Amino acid sequence: MAQLHTLSVLVENKFGVLARVASLVSRRGYNIESLAVAPTDDPQYSRITIVVDADSTPMDQIVKQLNKLINVIDIIELSPEDSVARELLLISVTALPERRAEIAELVNIFDAKIVNVGWDQMTIALADPPEKLDDFEDLLRPYGIVEVQRTGRVALPKLKREAPQLRAVAAS
Amino acid sequence: MELTGAQALIKSLEMCNTEVIFGLPGGCILPAYDPLLESPIRHILVRHEQGAGHMAEGYAHVTGRPGVAMVTSGPAATNMVTPLCDAYMDSIPMVCITGQVPTAAIGTDAFQECDTVGITRSVTKHNELIMNAQDIPRIVAEAFHIATTGRPGPVLIDVPKDVLQNKMQWYWPDAIDLAGYHPVMNADPMSIRRAAELILASTRPILYVGGGVLKARAAVELKDLAELCDIHVVTTLMARGAFPDDHRLALGMPGMHGNYTAITAMQQSDLLINLGARFDDRVTGKLGGFAPGAKIIHADIDPAEQGKVRAPDVSLVGDARITIEHLISAIKELLGTGSSFPDRGVWKQAISGWQENFPLTYAPQQVDGPLKPQMVMEALRDSAPEGTILASGVGQHQMWASQYWKFNEPYTWVNSGGLGTMGFSVPAAIGAKVGCPDKTVWAVDGDGCFQMTNQELTTASIERIPVKVAILNNSYLGMVRQWQEMFYEERYSEVYLSPELPDFVKLAEAMGCVGIRVDSPEEVQPAIDKANSINDRPVVVDFRTDESEKVFPMVPAGIGNDDVEVHESQRERLAADKARRIANRAW
Repeated sequence: MAQLHTLSVLVENKFGVLARVASLVSRRGYNIESLAVAPTDDPQYSRITIVVDADSTPMDQIVKQLNKLINVIDIIELSPEDSVARELLLISVTALPERRAEIAELVNIFDAKIVNVGWDQMTIALADPPEKLDDFEDLLRPYGIVEVQRTGRVALPKLKREAPQLRAVAAS
Repeated sequence: MELTGAQALIKSLEMCNTEVIFGLPGGCILPAYDPLLESPIRHILVRHEQGAGHMAEGYAHVTGRPGVAMVTSGPAATNMVTPLCDAYMDSIPMVCITGQVPTAAIGTDAFQECDTVGITRSVTKHNELIMNAQDIPRIVAEAFHIATTGRPGPVLIDVPKDVLQNKMQWYWPDAIDLAGYHPVMNADPMSIRRAAELILASTRPILYVGGGVLKARAAVELKDLAELCDIHVVTTLMARGAFPDDHRLALGMPGMHGNYTAITAMQQSDLLINLGARFDDRVTGKLGGFAPGAKIIHADIDPAEQGKVRAPDVSLVGDARITIEHLISAIKELLGTGSSFPDRGVWKQAISGWQENFPLTYAPQQVDGPLKPQMVMEALRDSAPEGTILASGVGQHQMWASQYWKFNEPYTWVNSGGLGTMGFSVPAAIGAKVGCPDKTVWAVDGDGCFQMTNQELTTASIERIPVKVAILNNSYLGMVRQWQEMFYEERYSEVYLSPELPDFVKLAEAMGCVGIRVDSPEEVQPAIDKANSINDRPVVVDFRTDESEKVFPMVPAGIGNDDVEVHESQRERLAADKARRIANRAW
C-alpha cells in the first residue's frame, strides 16, 4: 500500500530548481501531498520539504532520480519516528460574541493563537504536528469553518539522545 | 579584457576545444553568429534544427567528444527537443545553445519566444538560462563538464539576446565546483570482491554489455575480462562494437530481435554480469520471465539504474573501465590464492549447440526474385573498407544492420536506441563523417526514415561531407507492417508509402548527390562498388527490397524471452530445443 514519505531536499537557491524537483516527482505519476520551501541559514541554499504518496520501491527511485539533479545537494528521507514535523494552520471560524469564550478555551487547550477577530468571525493560528492540526480542525468544525489554509510540512531529524562518552574522555 | 556576451560565448566554446558547431542562425542567436566569423570553430549550416542535433549526436558517438549544436529561440528550440531526448535516452554527450528573447521580453509571449528551459527540462541532463553575461564562461565550462562526465548526456544553455549583447569581463574558471554533482568513479571494493567471488562460482555466466562500456572507453578492458574468465559476451544495440563480433566469445545482440543464442544464453544463465546496460524492456522481454535463474551483478555509473528494473545481487556504482579493471584484479587475486573457475563444459556445449542450430538466417536470394534486404546488408558489410562507420535509422533496416554487420571495432555503430528516432541516420552519419573524415561512413536507412531528414544531404553536399546512404526501400513502414502482419491479421493500416514517389535518384541528384537505383540482385555489388569509389560527394543508393521480409528472431512485445520466434526454416528445431531447455531447467 502506498504511504506518505517526507523528503527533506537541500537544493541550490536558484530560479527553476523547485520546478525541476516538482516535475521529476509528477513525471512518475506521484502526487505531492505537501510542499514547503525556504532558504536555509545559508542563503545560497534552500530546503524543500516534500511529502509524497508512494510505495517504498518507487520512492527509492524518486530519491535516486532527484539525486541526479545537478542543483540537488542532499536528500534525507525523514520517517515519522525519527523526525519532528510541523505545519502551520490558519483557520477562520464563525464566532458570534456569545461563542467567543468557548472557542477561546479550545484555543487555550491547543496552545493556539487568535490572530484576528471580527464581529462574527475569528482567525486562529496553530503550528503543530499535522495530526494535531487535524484534531483542532475537527473540534472547530461545529462552530462553522469559514476558511482553512495549511502550509506544507517542515521537518527536521530527531536529535541524538545518548550523551557523549564523557568518562572515556575523562580517563584519557 | 572586456567582451560582449556573444564573444565570451564563442571564446568559451573554443576553450572547451569545440572544433565544430552544427547550427542554424535566427533572430535571438544572431549576436553569437557574428564573432563566429573570426573563430577557428567550423560551423555546419543545417537545413533543419533537428538535423543539427542529430549531427552533434553522430559526432559525439564516434569521437567521444561532446557534439555542439547552436540554434535560435522558439521553433528552433522546439525542433531541438527530439535530438535532445534522443541524446538523453542514449547518454550521448552534447551541448546545445539556444537563443532566447531579450530578458525584458521573457514571459510576454514575444515573437519566437518559448519556455525552452521548461520544455527541455525532462530531456536534458541539465539546462540553464543565462541571465547575466558575466556568467557565460562559468556556465559553458559547467555544461561541458556535466555533459561529458558521470553518465554522459545533453546539456542545454539558453541565452537571451541582450545577454549576448551585454559587456562582461573575460575570465576562465580554474576549477568547476558543483555542490550537487559528484559522479562516483570507483565502485565499492567489498562489492568488487563479492562480484569476483560470484563470477568464480558461476557455471553459466554471461557478460551482458551495454553502451556504458563504450562511453567509458573500456572495450580493451572488457576483452581482457572476457578472455581471463572465458565468459561469452552479449552486446546490446547500444554496445555493438564494444566487443568484436568475430571473437570466439561473442554472441551478438540480445533482445527483441537478438540472436537466438544471445537471448537463450541469458535466459539460461546463472549469473548475468551487466556492465553499463540498463535492463531495457527491449532486452528483457516480459520482465517476470527474464533470466529467471540468474544472479545479477550490475555495474553502472548511474546509481539510479541500480534496482530500477531488476534488483541486483551485487551493485557496482562506478565508471565501467575502472570497475572492469578492479574486477580483473580481484579475480586474479582469487585465482592466485587457490580459487579456480568451475568446469563450464556443459554450458559451453549448450551455447555452441544453439549457435549451430539457430544462426541468423533468411530465405535465400533468388536470381530473378525481389532483393532480400539481408543480402544487401551482407554485401554492404563485405565490401566495406576497414573501419567503416555504420549509422542507421529506426525500424527493420536498423535490426538487419545490427544483425548482419560485423562490428569488430568500437565506435563504428551510430544509432538511435532508446528513443527510436526515425530520421536519425542521415544527419547522424553526417555528424560522424565530420568527426571521422578519414573513415567511410555508410548510413543505412529505410524509405520511411529517409523521408524525414534527407534534406540534410544538401548540407552534406555543400559542406563536402561525402557520406553514403543505402535506402532499404520496400515502400512500406516496414516494422509497422511486420507487426500488422503478425499481430493484426495482415490488416495493413497506413503503412504503404509509395513504390514510385519520391524518385530517390532524382531527389539525391537534386541535392548534389550521386543517385543509384538497384532493382535486381546482380546490380547490388556494382552499385556498392561504385558508391565506395566516390569520395567527393554523398551517394544515395536506392535498393528496392522485398516488402514481405520480416526481422527474425523476434520476441513479440509482452512475451517472455523463452518464447522467441525464429525464422520458419528453424521452427522444427525450435520445438526440440525448447523441450530440452525445459528438461534442463535444473542444469
